[in-house]
Amino acid sequence: MYETSYHRAGSVADAAALMAKAEDGKFLSGGQTLIPTMKQRLAAPSDLVDLMGIAEMTGISDEGSAIKIGAATTHHEVATSPVVSEGIPGLASLAAGIGDPAVRHMGTLGGSISNNDPAADYPAALVALGATVTTSKRSLSADEFFVGMFETALEEDEIVTSVSFPKPSQSAYAKYPNPASRYAMAGVFVAKMSGGDVRVAVTGAGQDGVFRVAEMETALSSNWSAEAVAGVSVDAGDLLADIHGSAEYRANLVTVMAKRAVAAAG
Amino acid sequence: MGVDGIGARALRKEDKRFITGKGRYTDDMVLPRMAYAAFVRSPHAHAKVTGIDASAALAMPGVDAVLTGEQLVGDGIGNLICGWMVHSKDGSPMNMGAWRALEPEIVRHVGQAVAVVIADTQAQARDAADAVIVDYDELPAIVDAVAAMEAGAPQLHPEASNNLIYDWEIGDEAATNAAFEQAAHVTRMDIHNNRLVPNPMEPRAAVADYNDAEEHYTLYTTSQNPHVARLVLSAFYNVAPENKLRVIAPDVGGGFGSKIFIYPEEIVALWASKRVGRPVKWVSDRTEAFLTDAHGRDHKSHAELALDADNKIIGFRVQTVANLGAYMSLFSSSVPTYLYATLLSGQYDIPAIHANVKAVYTNTTPVDAYRGAGRPEATFLVERMMETAAREVGLSPAEFRRKNFVRSFPHQTPVIMCYDAGDYDATLDAALKAIDHDGFPARKAEAASRGKLRGMGLSCYIEACGIAPSAAVGSLGAGVGLWESAEVRVNPVGSIEVLTGSHSHGQGHETTFAQLISERFGLDTDSVNIVHGDTDKVQFGMGTYGSRSGAVGMSAIVKALDKVEAKAKKIAAHLMEAAEGDIQIEGGELKVAGTDKKLSFTEVALAAYTAHNLPEGMEPGLKEGAFYDPTNFTFPAGTYACEVEIDPDTGKTEIVNFVAADDFGKIINPMIVEGQVHGGLTQGIGQALLENAAYDESGQLVTGSYMDYTMPRADDVPSYQLLTTETICPGNPLGMKGCGEAGAIGSPPAVINAITDAINNNDLSMPATPERVWQASRAGLQQAAE
Repeated sequence: MYETSYHRAGSVADAAALMAKAEDGKFLSGGQTLIPTMKQRLAAPSDLVDLMGIAEMTGISDEGSAIKIGAATTHHEVATSPVVSEGIPGLASLAAGIGDPAVRHMGTLGGSISNNDPAADYPAALVALGATVTTSKRSLSADEFFVGMFETALEEDEIVTSVSFPKPSQSAYAKYPNPASRYAMAGVFVAKMSGGDVRVAVTGAGQDGVFRVAEMETALSSNWSAEAVAGVSVDAGDLLADIHGSAEYRANLVTVMAKRAVAAAG
Repeated sequence: MGVDGIGARALRKEDKRFITGKGRYTDDMVLPRMAYAAFVRSPHAHAKVTGIDASAALAMPGVDAVLTGEQLVGDGIGNLICGWMVHSKDGSPMNMGAWRALEPEIVRHVGQAVAVVIADTQAQARDAADAVIVDYDELPAIVDAVAAMEAGAPQLHPEASNNLIYDWEIGDEAATNAAFEQAAHVTRMDIHNNRLVPNPMEPRAAVADYNDAEEHYTLYTTSQNPHVARLVLSAFYNVAPENKLRVIAPDVGGGFGSKIFIYPEEIVALWASKRVGRPVKWVSDRTEAFLTDAHGRDHKSHAELALDADNKIIGFRVQTVANLGAYMSLFSSSVPTYLYATLLSGQYDIPAIHANVKAVYTNTTPVDAYRGAGRPEATFLVERMMETAAREVGLSPAEFRRKNFVRSFPHQTPVIMCYDAGDYDATLDAALKAIDHDGFPARKAEAASRGKLRGMGLSCYIEACGIAPSAAVGSLGAGVGLWESAEVRVNPVGSIEVLTGSHSHGQGHETTFAQLISERFGLDTDSVNIVHGDTDKVQFGMGTYGSRSGAVGMSAIVKALDKVEAKAKKIAAHLMEAAEGDIQIEGGELKVAGTDKKLSFTEVALAAYTAHNLPEGMEPGLKEGAFYDPTNFTFPAGTYACEVEIDPDTGKTEIVNFVAADDFGKIINPMIVEGQVHGGLTQGIGQALLENAAYDESGQLVTGSYMDYTMPRADDVPSYQLLTTETICPGNPLGMKGCGEAGAIGSPPAVINAITDAINNNDLSMPATPERVWQASRAGLQQAAE
C-alpha cells in the first residue's frame, strides 16, 4: 500500500469538505474492495474520507410502503434486520449471502452500489425493486443510477446517503457464486410489486453490469412460476466470459437462477 | 501430557503455541539494524533486459542499496542448480540452462527478479522497487510444453534446443509393444494433469545476517530441510563454506514441497546482507508466492493399456510431456521421471510397461515437487485408465482391479520398484463396505428422482515413500544421500532431548517423535523435547518431504534409542549388581526381573553423568547418535471411494461421501495421521475440482490471486470416513510406511471417476469446474439419448 491520509467524516457536509481539500481523494465506506486494491498497489488515493461514522447515513427505517436504509449500513445489519426480513425477505437473504462474515460486518450498502462491481449482489435488488437512491445532491432511480461496469451516475464529490426500497408482495434472490471469489457469476433478483408489476434484474453476468430481462418479466406477469421462466434465455452475446464461465454458461445460469429465485419467492 | 506410547491419540504438544499465536516464524525474527528487501520483478514472460536505472530509487527515503544481477554475478555467486541428474534415452545428460538469482540478461517468466532494493523499512523498499526503471525488449513467449517442442517455438535456453531438457524412458519398449500385438482390448486416453500453486499458509521468508568479524552468516528461512539448504548454498552458490553458515528453519507454516528448494530470494538476502553490512529481511507477499513458489504437476500424457481376452493387463504404454517451467528447480528433474514413471504399475501385476517422458522449458514459473510429487500424476493416469478400461470391457471397476492386483510379495515391477508388502484386497474391501457400494444403485435412483446425477468412483493408489535408500537414489542420479540422522540426549535429571534432521512444518513431530520415547522408557511426553530446524544444534539431516519423517527420521531415532537403552541397562545392572540381561524397563523404571530391585530412569541418568560408579571402562554420559539409511522405499497403498451428486442445471459437484482406506503400516498417533489424510484429501479434491494455474498466451498468470485461483474451502469437501488396514513394512524397525502425501495422491482420480460415472461421459479434465461438468454432462445426456 502506498502512503495515504485517513479522515473520518462527522457529517455529509464534513465529508464533502474533506474531499474538496484532498488532492486525489476517495470516499471509504467499508473498504471491502478499495482496501485490497490499495494493498495490491493498484489504487493510490492521497486521502481516504471515511463515511462510516456519519450518523445520518446509518440505520434502517420502515416507512410504510418502503424501507429506507442508510448508505453506511453494513450488510450484516441489513441481513439481520427484522424490518428487512419481514418487509423484503429477498433483500435480507441477499445481504446474508454477500462475501463472508468479515465482509458483511464491514461492507456497506452505499459502498457496494457506488463501486458497482458487475458481480456485486446489491445492484440486482435495487433494480428489481425499483429502489430510489438518495445522494448528497439529489434522488434518482436505480435504473438511472447504474450506468455500466464500475460506473454510476455519481459525480466525483457526490455521496450516496440512503436507498429507499419499495416493499414487494414477493421477492427472492438466487445467485451462483464464482468458485474462487464467491462473487456472483449470475445473480437474479425477482420481485412482484404490490401493484402486480414484475421486475427481474441480473447481476454478475452482464458486460455492462446489472440488467433487466424484459422477456422474463412479461412471462412472470402472466404466470408467476418457475416454469414460466424455464424457457426464457438471455442473449449470451451480451454476457461476460472468463476462465470461470463462458457467456453460454452464464446465460444458462441466468435462467436456472431465475427459476430458483421465483421458486424461493413462493 | 502423560505417558503416550505408540498408538495413542495424544494431543499435539505444539498446538498450544500455534493456537495462542505464539509460534515463532521467520517473519517474527527482528534483528538490530535490520533492513528490508523488495525485489524488482519482470512483468514480462520473456524479455531482454536492456537497462536498469536505479537513480530515482536510490534517492528515495531510507534506501540503502539497489543491487542487480550484474553485481551478483560479479561477486561470484553461483547459478541455481538442479541436484538430480537425469539422462536422456540416448545417454546424454539433461540440458540445464543457466539460472541466476538476479537475472542480468534475459528474463524467462513473469515475476523473475532482476534487482533488489534494500531499505530501512519494508514500505520504503517496496516504494523504491516500484521506482527502479527496467528497460525490456520483449521476446515471444511460450507456455504450453507440447507447443514449446515444435519447430519455430520461442527458445528459452541455448543449452536446450527445442526447449527439450531430456527425452527419458523407462521399461522394456520391445516387450511392451509385443504385448500390445497380443492384446484383445486396448484402452487409450489423453490425460492432462493440471498445474497447481502450492499455497502454504505462511509465504516464504528469509532473514540473513552477516557477521563481518567472523565472516559468518546466519540465515533464518522457511525451509523443510535446513541442512540441505546449507549444503547447497555452500557447495553451489559460493555464499559461504558450511562452517561459516548457520541455517535456522524455525516454525514453518506449511510447505507441501515448495519449501524444499533453494530459491533466488534466500541467496540474494545472504549476499545483500554482506553487501550492505546489515541483516536483511525478505518476506514474500501472496502475489510473489503465486509467481515464484515452485508450481506442481503440469503433465500431458497419452496412455494405452493392453488387456488379454480374460481382461488381465498385459501391457502399459505411456508418453508424457512434463512442463518444468522456465528453469530447473532443485529436484525438478526427478519428479516426472523417478518419482512418477516408477509408480506406473500401480497396485497391479503388469508384465510389461514402457514410458517415455519429455521434460520441457516454457515461460512459466518453475515446476518441482508438490505434495506427492510425480506419484499423484502416476496415480491419476493409472486409475483413470483402470476405471475407463473396466467400463469399456463391461466389468465393474472393483472387479477389474481385483483381477489384476499384485498378491505376492516382494513383487518386482517392470519399472524399478520392488513392492515389499501390502494387501490391496483388504483396503478395497474396507472401502467398498464403508461406502455401501452395494447400496449405490438405490441411492442413484433416489437422486435421479430429485433430478440429480449420482456417481461412484474408485482409486486404488500406491506410492513410494521415504525417498531412499541412498545408494539406490544415487544410482538414479540424486546428488545427495537420503538417509536421516538423530541424536538422543538424556539429561542428568532424566529429561530427554531428541535432535532430529527431520523438519516439522505442520506434521506434529514434536508429539509423534516424543511418543517413541514414551513408549520405550515409560516417560511422560512432557519430559521429552524434539529439537529440529537448526544446523548449529542438529548434527545433520536431510529434512522432511516424500512422507519420510516416520519411516526414515523415526527409524534413526529408534537406532539411537537402542544405543541409549543398552547403555542405561548396563549402568543399571552395574548399580544393582544384576546381570544386564535381567534388566527390564517399565513405567520409567529399570528393574531387575524377578526381584523388587529397581532404579528410576532419572537415577540411572544421573549416575551416567556423576560418573562416580560406572562399569569399568565406560565413558560418562548418556547421549547417542545414529544415522539410518533404509533398505528400500516404503509402499503405502489404499483404496479411495468417492460418491458424488451432480446438479445437471449448473454442473456443480457435491461430494456426498468419501471413504479413504489406507495401509500406512504401523501408526504412531492415529489422530495426527487422520489430520494428514484430511489435509491431503482436501488438496487432492482441490486439484480435481477447483485449482488450476492458468496462463494466457503471453505468459501472464491469469489465476494469480485468490480472486481467480480456487483454493478448497470447508464447504467444498465432505466429512471424510477414514479407515486403516495394516501390513507391516519390513524395511524399517517400526514397520511404518508414511502418510503425508497419500490423500493428495489417491483422491483426484476417485473424484473424476465418480463424476464421469455420474454424467455418463468420460471426457472430463481437471479441474472439473462447474462449467466443464455442465458441458460434459449435456454431452453425456445426449449420448445416452442416442
